[in-house]
Amino acid sequence: MEHKKINLTLKIWRQHGPKTPGSFVEYKVAVSPDSSFLEMLDDINNDLEKKNLEPIAFESDCREGICGTCGLVINGQPHGPIPRIATCQLHMRNFKEGDTIYIEPFRAKAFPIIKDLMTDRSAMDRIMEAGGFISVNTGSVPDGNAIPIAKEIASEAMDAAACIGCGACVAACKNASAMLFVSAKVSQFALLPQGQPERYQRVEAMVKVMDEYGFGSCSNTYACEAECPKGISVKNIARMNREYFMAKIK
Amino acid sequence: MGWVWKSLNSSIGKKLVMAITGICLILFLVIHLINNLTLYAGPDLFNTVVKNLDSIKPLIRVVEIILALIFILHIINGVRLWIENKKARPVKYTVNGSSKNTTVFSRTAFITGSIIFIFLVVHLNTFWVSFNLGHPLAESHRYYDILVEAFQSPIYSGLYVVAMLLLGFHLNHGFQSAFQTFGWNHKKYFPLIEKIGTIYAVIMTIGFASIPIYFLFFFGGK
Repeated sequence: MEHKKINLTLKIWRQHGPKTPGSFVEYKVAVSPDSSFLEMLDDINNDLEKKNLEPIAFESDCREGICGTCGLVINGQPHGPIPRIATCQLHMRNFKEGDTIYIEPFRAKAFPIIKDLMTDRSAMDRIMEAGGFISVNTGSVPDGNAIPIAKEIASEAMDAAACIGCGACVAACKNASAMLFVSAKVSQFALLPQGQPERYQRVEAMVKVMDEYGFGSCSNTYACEAECPKGISVKNIARMNREYFMAKIK
Repeated sequence: MGWVWKSLNSSIGKKLVMAITGICLILFLVIHLINNLTLYAGPDLFNTVVKNLDSIKPLIRVVEIILALIFILHIINGVRLWIENKKARPVKYTVNGSSKNTTVFSRTAFITGSIIFIFLVVHLNTFWVSFNLGHPLAESHRYYDILVEAFQSPIYSGLYVVAMLLLGFHLNHGFQSAFQTFGWNHKKYFPLIEKIGTIYAVIMTIGFASIPIYFLFFFGGK
């Protein structure tokens, strides 16, 4: 069924490079309600390129909400107004005729802007390198059922592991804190037997790198959980606080 | 012991300092309110309570110093966190979406805290100074009358009521926040902690704010 197109005013953050000052540029578009948010930006870029103008830089990869590459702040909310989805899963039917939409990059000291809507989120990779791994002995593949894990524990670990590392928690937090991300990674390992050998080293190392990159502290406003496309619970932050305390007194 | 200092200066450590001092202040407010509620039994009981506390002054002084240190730690650490957290986002968003994903209590903790600090200075200047540093009514153990005098002013009483309302906002966030920081968040009991925190905040606000209202409109029953 063909839908009538909706007219929107977009105010998109344009910034030529990391050091140059940026500003909003206005674009008037008529877009199909069936279009996704990123498809709308693709269309704008096609038009810009036809006119020999610089396209808008933004990131995306899988476009099905599992890779964590896309991430825009849409009217003040990371990944837009609809809960539990990534930007790529947001459709224009969620907007009304005549709406003005502000599109900004994730803003944090630890996420410097590369260009336009693209930010450098490699700080999260550095945190993962510090402790987001387990040690395994090489050899033949162990039997899947050799280590019994209770269903409840496995589910909790899987819920934490659902984090796609997009950085929306940092973008949403008024303190640009990465605690939800780090706590999800700490939890997924701390809950499972395989994560035990490095359990306490891990939390100390990951928190140390997190602090070095200048992410803020947690104020327990829980904006991160509200904006997380995977609904990662702030109970993970409580767990990380516990793990960190235990690591320190050991 | 270097590791203790280092740990307390980490992002999680600083929150732990906030939570521990916060819980101490939460307990202090309970004792403070119980003391204050003796006002409703009339001047005699209140004056006797204060007189008795006055008679164990050395002990009270020690408690006051500990309490002051807890306040100072909570305030300095809070200000420090606020400054550092501001630095973590040097460029602000043009559209602020915080009303869509946070409660007014949590995102205003610094502002309510700052106003409560101003209130604290005014409050200590009125009552602690009067009770301790030779106010003529205090000399004759007529502490109750100091309150009658102070709360005559509608502006002064109004300031108290507003400050207590903001204190309630601050406590409503702080109570559950402390438990989260301690790592005591579980789906089975955390909703209960949140409810207790809200009930506690409401009791504190009504309890403390009722006093200036009582004195302004009913002159403390006189």
